[in-house]
Amino acid sequence: MKIFFHFGRYFMLMKRSFGKPEKLSIFRNRIFEEITILGVNSLGIVAIISVFMGAVITIQSAFNFENPLVPTYAIGVAVRDSMILEFSPAIVSLILAGKVGSSIASEIGTMRVTEQIDALEIMGVNSAGYLIQPKIIASVLFNPILIIFSMFLGIFGGYIFGVIAGVVSDNQFIEGITHDFRPYNVVYALIKSAVFAFLIASVPAYHGYYTNGGALEVGRSSTKGVVYTSVLILAFDLILTQLLLA
Amino acid sequence: MIIGESGSGKTTLLKCMVGLNEVDSGEVLFDNRNFYKLNFKEKKEIRKEIGMLFQGGALFDSKTAEENVVFPLSMFTDLSESEKRDRANFCLQRVNLENANNLFPSELSGGMKKRVAIARAIAVQPKYLFCDEPNSGLDPKTSIVIDNLIKEITEEYNITTIVITHDMNSVIEIGDNIMFIYKGEKWWEGSKEEILKTDNKEVCDFVYATKFMKDLKSKF
Repeated sequence: MKIFFHFGRYFMLMKRSFGKPEKLSIFRNRIFEEITILGVNSLGIVAIISVFMGAVITIQSAFNFENPLVPTYAIGVAVRDSMILEFSPAIVSLILAGKVGSSIASEIGTMRVTEQIDALEIMGVNSAGYLIQPKIIASVLFNPILIIFSMFLGIFGGYIFGVIAGVVSDNQFIEGITHDFRPYNVVYALIKSAVFAFLIASVPAYHGYYTNGGALEVGRSSTKGVVYTSVLILAFDLILTQLLLA
Repeated sequence: MIIGESGSGKTTLLKCMVGLNEVDSGEVLFDNRNFYKLNFKEKKEIRKEIGMLFQGGALFDSKTAEENVVFPLSMFTDLSESEKRDRANFCLQRVNLENANNLFPSELSGGMKKRVAIARAIAVQPKYLFCDEPNSGLDPKTSIVIDNLIKEITEEYNITTIVITHDMNSVIEIGDNIMFIYKGEKWWEGSKEEILKTDNKEVCDFVYATKFMKDLKSKF
């Protein structure tokens, strides 16, 4: 029955979070701050993971496509579809759930246990709206950009490492990534990434906001935030894939 | 002043008064306006009249001392940037913090944090100031500085100040009306002169718990 309590409290918090901002100029600045903290600061890790994952998919595909009936350009197709359909939107979001999610839960949790959230409430500020709404908006706006960035770098990494390792020629790889390309796949990936972004910002924020106690509980909230976000990303990945691709 | 042993319900009472905790029964009146019967907008208006000094200061970690003081001004006034800075500087000077504008809370001592928190609380000129154990974690000398500051600001701005403490020195220094809480209930109420003369057992056990106070009593 506890799950219903958490669902109810989560939706109540989201309702409060999307209340009218106190001042639009401050709200706008908060969104830009959060875009920098949650989005721009994640570019490095996303770039590194995407390049290496693209390279690994290329080499693994080459290893598995040893059958002469399978054309070599299929390696490019495999890299493109793996990156666009699953790796960039889902796996990068899982990684961001760890990086960004733990940061959101511990930041808000620390503010809770050090009475900073109470101080906001006393001043008459809607603390949920001030703290959580800009994070969600920044995440939903910037996560699709990160995902597109990841797609490009993943395919680029696959191309570079594939050619260097000699498993595929540059012409074959380019033929592969352009072969039977469906733009809808990118739309599907972006829809997924926007939904995952909402989860990445809101679920850890919920756990941080309702932290009780001290430093130990902040750590627990952070862990819970990351674990629940990861599980929800996987569940929504399945649901959205069934809804959008089946 | 609200005094009482640890765990007697002082902070809970204060949180009920400022609306951080919901009450099961009773009323919280601000100029005859029952806080818990007001709608969200009306509550928000009352909250703008409240300043609060939290036990740990509750300064925003990501903001400098000056930005902490500017924050409520940015949220609730239409002052220009320079006017906000002037007001923040004035408030910081009022609490004797001239050179701490650009320091972050992690760079401030306990006493300085409390002073910045007082500056933030008075920035929007509140009608009510609530202080939750303003002396906790401070040395006796700094405690006196904070006590005096609270007293001066109360008189200077003509505001109603409610202080929660278990520090009898503060009670004697700045207390006008004193309420003693015992096991979650109001047990005793009176002036600081009366508290030194009362024969209420629970109050005496609390007031004369230290040797200093016992010695003081023997002089009366």
